[in-house]
Parts: sequence; C-alpha cells; structure tokens
Amino acid sequence: MNTRWFYLPLAWALSGCPLTMAQDGQNPELDLLREEIRSMRVEYEARIAELEARLDAAEQAAAAEPSAQGARAVAEEPMSAYEGPVMMSPQTVSMARDSSFNPAIGVTFQGQAWSFENDPEDYMIPGFPLGGEAGPAPQGLSLAETEISMSANVDDKFTAMLTAPIAVEDGEVKIELEEAWIETVGLPASLAVRMGRFFSAIGYQNSRHFHAWDFADQPLVYQAFLANQYLDDGLQMRWLAPTDFYLEFSGELLRGDRYPAGGAANSGFGAQSLSARTGGDIGFSHSWLLGLSWLGADADERPSGSEDDPLLFTGGTDMLVASFVWKWAPYGNSRQQNFIFQSEYLRRKEDGEYSLSGATPGSWDMDQSGWYAQAVYQPFPRWRFGARFDQLSGDTPDSRWLDTPLYPLGSDPRRYSLMVDWSNSEFSRLRLQYNYDSAGEDADNQFGLQYIFSIGAHGAHTF
Amino acid sequence: MTRTIKALALLLLLAPLTAVAGLLVFACEPEWSALAEEIGGDRIEASSATHALQDPHYVEARPSLISQVRKADLVICSGAQLEIGWLPMLLSKANNPRILPGRDGFLEASSMVRRLDVPDSVDRAQGDMHPQGNPHIQMNPHNIALVAQALGKRLAELDPDNAAHYQARTADFLRRWNVAITRWEEQARGLAGSRVVCHHKSWVYLEDWLGLREVATLEPVPGIPPTAAHLSALLAELGADGKGADMIIRSPFQNPKPSEWLQERTGIPAVMLPLTVGGSDRALDLFSLFDDIIARMLSARSRSQP
Repeated sequence: MNTRWFYLPLAWALSGCPLTMAQDGQNPELDLLREEIRSMRVEYEARIAELEARLDAAEQAAAAEPSAQGARAVAEEPMSAYEGPVMMSPQTVSMARDSSFNPAIGVTFQGQAWSFENDPEDYMIPGFPLGGEAGPAPQGLSLAETEISMSANVDDKFTAMLTAPIAVEDGEVKIELEEAWIETVGLPASLAVRMGRFFSAIGYQNSRHFHAWDFADQPLVYQAFLANQYLDDGLQMRWLAPTDFYLEFSGELLRGDRYPAGGAANSGFGAQSLSARTGGDIGFSHSWLLGLSWLGADADERPSGSEDDPLLFTGGTDMLVASFVWKWAPYGNSRQQNFIFQSEYLRRKEDGEYSLSGATPGSWDMDQSGWYAQAVYQPFPRWRFGARFDQLSGDTPDSRWLDTPLYPLGSDPRRYSLMVDWSNSEFSRLRLQYNYDSAGEDADNQFGLQYIFSIGAHGAHTF
Repeated sequence: MTRTIKALALLLLLAPLTAVAGLLVFACEPEWSALAEEIGGDRIEASSATHALQDPHYVEARPSLISQVRKADLVICSGAQLEIGWLPMLLSKANNPRILPGRDGFLEASSMVRRLDVPDSVDRAQGDMHPQGNPHIQMNPHNIALVAQALGKRLAELDPDNAAHYQARTADFLRRWNVAITRWEEQARGLAGSRVVCHHKSWVYLEDWLGLREVATLEPVPGIPPTAAHLSALLAELGADGKGADMIIRSPFQNPKPSEWLQERTGIPAVMLPLTVGGSDRALDLFSLFDDIIARMLSARSRSQP
C-alpha cells in the first residue's frame, strides 16, 4: 500500500494590514485616499441594502412553500442537488495570533473535610512505615491539591504534558511538579517513548490522577508500598503488539528518587519496571483489563515513618503487581448505568538494611503483600455507590525490631470503606466516604466529604 | 535496563507479520462504517467503535478499541468534538502514525459539510457545548453524499491500485443515493413546518433538511439529563391539549421515560427515531435508515393534533 504525502493544510491565515497613523491635513494624498474610501463605502452600503431586500423577498417565498427543496429536480451531479451544505474547511478563516498556539489548560479544584477519632498526624501502620506523603488527610476542612495541567503538541513528532499541583502544607503554599513529560507521536513499529517526570505505568491505580480516583484516598497497599503513587523521573517505552486483542508491553528506567526507591541509587539509575497488559470485550456490555508488572527499586537511605525521626532503608525492593479491572455498562452506555470492579495484589521483597536514629543498622530481608478489591455501581445517572476492602500482611521480623515501627501488630492491617458520589456533569463531583480503619493500633472511624471540580481543557480518561 | 531491552527485542522478534487483505477502516460511528462498506465493497474491512444503541458522546477508551485503531489504515469519525471524551485517548494509545489527525488516514466527516449551531461563545454553564458546531451531521442525507465523495477520494489515495474501483462505487452510490433523496423529500413534504420537541439536540440537521421547527429540548442544557423541574416547565409551556408541538423525538439510547411522561400529559406523540444504522429493526443500512426515519415521523405526524 502506497501512502501519498500530498496533504495540504486547509487553513490559511488572514493577517491584518498594518495601519499607518497620520495626522489630519498633513498629507494631501491621504485626504484623497480617505475621500475614495468614503465614496466606496457609500456604494457598498447601497449594494448591501439591495441584497438584504432580495434576501428578505427570497425568505418570504421560501416560507410560503417550505418543502420547495423537496421538489427540486435532482441533477446528475450530486453537488448541485442541494445548495445547503457547502464545502468548508475546518478553519476557514483564522487570525494569526500568538494565542492560537496556547496549550490546552485545565485546572482541577479539590477540597475536603475529614473527621477522625484518632489524630491523623500520628497515623501509622505498624510493620509498614509509610513513605512520602502517604497517610490520611488533615483533620477538618482543608484544600487538597489544586491541579494545573497544560498539554499540547510540540511539533509533528512530539507532544508534551505538564501537571503542577498547588498544595498548602503547614500553611505554606507549594507548587509541585507532578508530571512534566514529552512523548513521541507516530513512531514506527507501534512504539512510543515518554521522557521526563511521570507516574510509573506499573499496576492500574498507580498512573491515575487524584481527580480520577473512585475513592477519596488510595488503597492501603498503595499507601504502604508506593507512598500513594510511584512517580519518578526517567524514560518509558511502550509497545503495542500487532494482535487482534489488546496486548501492550512497557518498560521504564527511572532515577529512583522516590519511595519505594530513594536517594537516586546506582548513580541515578535506581529503578526499573516492566509491565504487560491485556484486555478485551465480552459482548457489548462487558470489558476487562488484566495487568502484570514488576518493579525493581534500589534505595540509598530512603526515609519512611516519622518525618522528624525517619527510618532509613538502604537496599533493594522487588515488587510484583497484578491488576484486574472489569467494567459493565448496558450496551456500553456507561452514562446511564455502570458497574466497575477493580482489584490489585502487590507483593514486595525488601532486602537490605534499616537504620533508626542512634542505633546500628540492622539487616532486613522481608516478604510483604497486600491487596484491595473495590466495586463502584452507578444505578442511574449522576449517583455512584462504592465499597472497598483493604488488607496488608507480611512476615514477622526478629525480636530486635520489637518496639520499632517495623514490627507489625498481631493481626493483619485491614480497612473497610463505603463511598457515595454525585456528579452533575463530567466536570463536577461531590463525594461522601466512610472508612473503618483497623490498620493502626486503635481502630478508627473516619468520615470524609470531598469535592472535585475542573475547568478548562479536560483530557480524555483512560479505561 | 538490559532486561528491559532484551524483553522488548524478544517480543519484536516474535511479532507475527500481519498480512492485510484490504484497507482496514475504523469508524467511530456505524453510519461511517456503513458508508465505507458502500464505497469500499470487498476491498476494505470496516468496523465501528460504537453501535446504534450507544451514545457516541460517552464511550470508554476500551482496550479492544485501542487494538483496532492500532491496525487501522483509515479512521473516519463525525468529529466536531463528538468523540472528544475517548477518541484522543485511543489515538494517543494506539501508536499508529498513519491515522493521526492531519494525516491521510484520518477523515473528519463534519469538516466536509456546513455545520449548524456553531456557537458564538462557549461556556460550560450552557452544558456540553461543541465549539465547532453540532456534530450529528449524518441526519441530513445531503451531508452523507458530501462525505461519500470525500471518503471515495481518500480510499483511492490510500489504495491507488484500487482507485478505479472506489471511484466507480462512489459514483454508483451517489446515483442511487440521489434517487433516494428525491423519494424521501417527496414523502416528507407533509412534515415541513412540523414543531418538534427533542430529547437532545441530535436532530438539527434533520430539521434543517425537512424544514422542521424545534420548539424545545427535554434536556435543560445539552448533556444534562432531563430534570423534573424542566419537564414540568415544558408541560406548562406545551399545554395539555396536544397542540403545543407535533411530536417528541428521542434516539434509541436515550431514556424513554421523559418523552413518554410528556406524551402522556400533553397528548403529543413521542417517537423513537434511529440516529444511525442499526438503530431500529428496519434501519439496516443507510438507505433503510432514512426510509425508517421518514416512515416513523409520518406515522407520528398522523397521530398529532391538527
């Protein structure tokens, strides 16, 4: 098959003539020109008035016989059969302005109100010290991140995306850099390369933005193993297999600066990942996605636990993530009614040394796992109801870790959540959530209210 | 890193070389896959991302669609942002350079016709706005003729060996289509001037073609489902004598309850019209689609108050 590259751009730009300003009476030539323009205007106004009168007459005639066009004879040339639609290029007239190349800009507003029985500042899961920003929201009213996103094509071969949340932490306004990546467009052999800062492609929930979560918080296992979401700087390569069903492979090479990696170990090549995903439809109403990922992360003095007196881990983490998502919508009309089941299992093996302040480092070789399952049902437009179950489990370390945050409770940490949300449109959502969280030393009843609103450009969501 | 590279290299070696029988056409909506089949015949293989009982505004960017776009030689969609919630995701995930917007393998049907309802300004307070105009262009058969010509040309460019085939089939289709248009316009003569209430603004091109007058929509603003308050206001406006309008129109994927509720109280007949091929038992191809639309409207018109 021979592809011809003769595509001609349809749009053309009209650039305004620069107007030279001159003062009255200074230039006789200008006066002459003005006079000419004045007489032209008079002439055109007369012509326009005449045309308007003819148009009025034609409209009256058409109103008298509305089906006139039906009686019109059909000529051999189809174009002349109907005079209504005319060929029109997508951008017939476009003014050449700098702003036409502005990226698509969107802002997501997110806020919340939480009530905890236990102080969320002291939240910890014994045996699973949390890294990064993982953990519950603040008590009471607070803003969650306000997210600014921009995206546009760079040129014919690259596209770029920026997501910068503005967060308020301890009264200070901080602009963070969540995503800043460049991706190739139209590489041959079904390949795509992304570079910059991005959410790792491991698992299902990991690369979903905060505003697209079905619950107000991440599953416990994501909080414990990935510090909510694994985000890092690096390179990602994706390949879509030429199969009839969906089969995608991706590999990543990352700096390793964030939990579960840390300290940009290995001279700044601290983490790697491999993922495979497949999925398909069953009839018109069901579709599914299955994924398997591996993450290898090296850590050099990775902090976790308390911010003031962190545990430091140096060593390697091997993590496996298995994900399954099943969506149901009658005849594929998810707007009316739909059901989503989502479950992931994560298993990690940490091998290295943990050190606590003031103590000699101790070797650590531990297997831990966790999983969650959640179901969200929309029985009619706008309203969704959800339930989620979380669990973590792991080996018991030796007694030298007793009385440290690394020593687990006797029973597996668990959490039960219920959620209801209401969306007026795709751009607004209000949510109420309840968690019964028994992951800490004392079980906690948690109630949360959350809002998510977006304005401006809002990119299409992934499955 | 070496592990990643090794794994990818192995997969590339294992990748089977797919032999394509003809051009693969991925249509966003069934009317365009039906049109591609009319013009391409046995030289193409067309599939549609959506079916007639599915609202093309709201579709998930499902894995199965990604793998279809990956293989496509031509993607044809209504455009004008109808598919904005899912098509951009499919195009960016499919890693297929042939079908990116601006290349030969991408055809936006709505850019071939005169679009109606192009707003002067856009504001989301007015609902789901389409800044480039109403995208449901297939409801005027004259628009289909314009898209057919563009599609015929495009197929001939993508597959020059079969150019004569596509040209002949385009000419043949247009000949039959124009005969059908004359027939429909003849049959629908009595519908001109009818006042219609629509569920969603999906019918402006049909209204423009047949000279119908849209007096109200069941949705308070486009894309927001009908509310009780809005329906009550409509009831007050239209009156209970059945003279407020001639018919209430909805498409097969829209909730029938609001239009039936209004029919019960106003006496204005509610009618379901297929919005595309497959939308009713009789709308089996593009020709029978318009046969059925006109038959259903005539039947509703005969039940409405004079």
